[in-house]
Amino acid sequence: MSTTVDTTTEIRPFTVGVPQEKLDDLRRRIEATRLPSKELVEDRSQGVQRATIKKLARYWTTEYDWRKCEARLNALPQFTTEIDGVDIHFIHVKSAHEDALPLIMTHGWPGSVIELLETVGPLTDPTAHGGTAEDAFDLVLPSLPGYAFSGEPAEVGWNPGRTAQAWAELMNRLGYTRYIAQGGDLGAIVTDVMGRQAPAGLLGIHMNLLVTTLGAPTPPPGDTEEERAALDAVATFRQSGFGYFLEQSTRPQTIGYALLDSPVALAAWLLDHDTDSYYKISRAFADGQPSGGLTPDHILDNVTLYWLTGTGASAARAYWEIGRATAAAAGKAPPGVSLPVGFTTFPGEVFAAPRSWVEQSYPNLTYFNKVDKGGHFAAWEEPQLFSEELRSSFKSLR
Amino acid sequence: MTVQTPTETAIRPFTVEFAQEDVDDLRRRIAETRWPEKETVADATQGVQLATIKALAKYWANEYDFRSVETRLNALPQFMTEIDGLDIHFIHVKSPHEDALPLIITHGWPGSVLELLKIVDRLANPTAYGGNASDAFDLVIPSLPGFGFSGKPTTAGWGPPRIAAAWTALMKRIGYTHFAAQGGDWGGMVTDVMGTQAPPELLGIHLNWSFAVPPDIDKAIQTGSPLPADLSADEQHACDQLAFFYTTEVGYALEMKNRPQTIYAMEDSPVGLAAWLIDHDARSYELIASVFDGETEGLTRDDVLDNITLYWLTNTAVSSARIYWENTFAFFTPKNVAIPVAVSAFPDEVVQMPRSWAEQAYPKLIYYNKLDQGGHFAAWEQPELFSEEIRAAFKSLRNGRSS
Repeated sequence: MSTTVDTTTEIRPFTVGVPQEKLDDLRRRIEATRLPSKELVEDRSQGVQRATIKKLARYWTTEYDWRKCEARLNALPQFTTEIDGVDIHFIHVKSAHEDALPLIMTHGWPGSVIELLETVGPLTDPTAHGGTAEDAFDLVLPSLPGYAFSGEPAEVGWNPGRTAQAWAELMNRLGYTRYIAQGGDLGAIVTDVMGRQAPAGLLGIHMNLLVTTLGAPTPPPGDTEEERAALDAVATFRQSGFGYFLEQSTRPQTIGYALLDSPVALAAWLLDHDTDSYYKISRAFADGQPSGGLTPDHILDNVTLYWLTGTGASAARAYWEIGRATAAAAGKAPPGVSLPVGFTTFPGEVFAAPRSWVEQSYPNLTYFNKVDKGGHFAAWEEPQLFSEELRSSFKSLR
Repeated sequence: MTVQTPTETAIRPFTVEFAQEDVDDLRRRIAETRWPEKETVADATQGVQLATIKALAKYWANEYDFRSVETRLNALPQFMTEIDGLDIHFIHVKSPHEDALPLIITHGWPGSVLELLKIVDRLANPTAYGGNASDAFDLVIPSLPGFGFSGKPTTAGWGPPRIAAAWTALMKRIGYTHFAAQGGDWGGMVTDVMGTQAPPELLGIHLNWSFAVPPDIDKAIQTGSPLPADLSADEQHACDQLAFFYTTEVGYALEMKNRPQTIYAMEDSPVGLAAWLIDHDARSYELIASVFDGETEGLTRDDVLDNITLYWLTNTAVSSARIYWENTFAFFTPKNVAIPVAVSAFPDEVVQMPRSWAEQAYPKLIYYNKLDQGGHFAAWEQPELFSEEIRAAFKSLRNGRSS
């Protein structure tokens, strides 16, 4: 005789509201930071430079205002819903235009939904951002499990395959029967897997990191100058930039203790992703000349979000899950992607993927473009250009 | 007309004294640790387990004696001297026995001189431990540059070769005209490099981390290529250990090689530092975790926390990590050491080096022993066994040398 509500598929509105005491504690910890001696070199070859981290810490305690970020997030419709036992947080912005194409877009590490916020306007409201009504998207921006306001899995198994399935369920639950998916970094891994799983309703995918190269058992061809440059970049990354990746994929918990306990440690760990973005971020703090959307405030929005949600360890665990899934799949070729694939190569990315490599991984490549600016955090840094890429990439699927 | 004071070569006595405010700050930080959620596995495959580090932090904040490092170190004669522009801290214990063999012993990462303290009296005073006067050593135990109380280099270049040359200079400055050298981990690296530099005063070396894996095998393991079909059981075991190391154990080392400065974490969070330091290799982690679980085999809680506290109070997490960045040698493969070499192969070390490989790598292998207990911190865990190894290793070098 009772009314039953199916709480497990319920979609609940979500608002960010961080208690002041958490912000006070954060400030106190930043002010009490104990720094190491200065690095012995004049560049980033030993890691995040002390001058950069000092400027960041200073800006964080004197000029930065988390409440602005909170207001930005709360200005957007946010929700949580439980999928496969984990609460998934997502932003859901519907376009005012009819026939907008539903798009689920996934952030990466060391990012979050913060890195995608600047694209909300251009993608959902194209007519106000140099586009036409036919360019409109309905936008779904989930936080990966273990990231930001999504729940932290308490069991193993939340690998990209499981997240990809959850995303399909999320789009289904929102009532979308035809949609597309996009991602960079970890988001590209999830998006790639969605392409391979090809759930009903998924029309096509777009990525801005060629994830098939980094996990490839044999290196891609190096016949052309472009391919050789990309091979060199991959080799450089493996040689000198792979430490964080290996630590997170083998010992996420070990590094997690420090990331939960020291804000400056967290900031340094998150800043030190790739050479291009590190120098851009470093310059933003050094001389106030940010590259596009990579402003000191936006950088600290992202770091502060990791801090306040206490997700340094759980976010790193995503790498461990990838490592585990990769080991389990060793020797077995994954199913191919037959859906239409779009790809944009940004010049500052860890390596600039040549069209030939992308075609090799995705035979049904319906869109490829190499743009002239932007890096690993393309949507964050160049939101307008990034949005135009998505418009062009998916035009044929409408 | 001025009196020349050779301050650069002066050897000054040294005493450890930690400021009370630094100790108070450390204790406060431990108490205020912000913890992550528990790992999602029931073992150590995601790293240091929450229950272990919480037990460590609880003991550290509530029961540990923060003056313990001072007490232990100040019980021994310590000195400081500037070599090649950098202050080097060292312990120097002379044996009461005449003709004691001078021996310089070098610690590694994540260790310090503390991991070597239990062998000091055994080696300097053998007759008190069932040995003979002819087994005696004069001991010199330096802190590596950037570690403990040694200076922190402010310019690049302090890699193993420069450290090795500094060690020879140190022994000569103390007045030794002949000596032996010993080391494991980075101490093994420095000692092996001393072997390649082969200063005439250096009689021989002993390693508990030796550099003897054939390069083709090391490469095959790293690239996943097939291994030779005729490996002995010991060689196969070493290959399995290496494969395990390269797939799941080398993350911390690669991060410190790539980006030592980025681990700001370890200077700002005591618990972050503790987790980083106890997660060296699977076997030593197992041992340390069991110690905080109430076991007393090998190490004590105080042993572990003395070492972590030393790193914290000297602010040396990043400066010590830089040795990984400076180093250009491989972790396991041979250099070119033509002087006498002794190798002890402990079973729980990252690689238990097979005799066959040690013989190939070191043409003058004067001693090899495969042990049945002990691991990465052999001198710390098994001081008696380790001391016997050192005595046996260098016995043949004592006879017939000119002094």
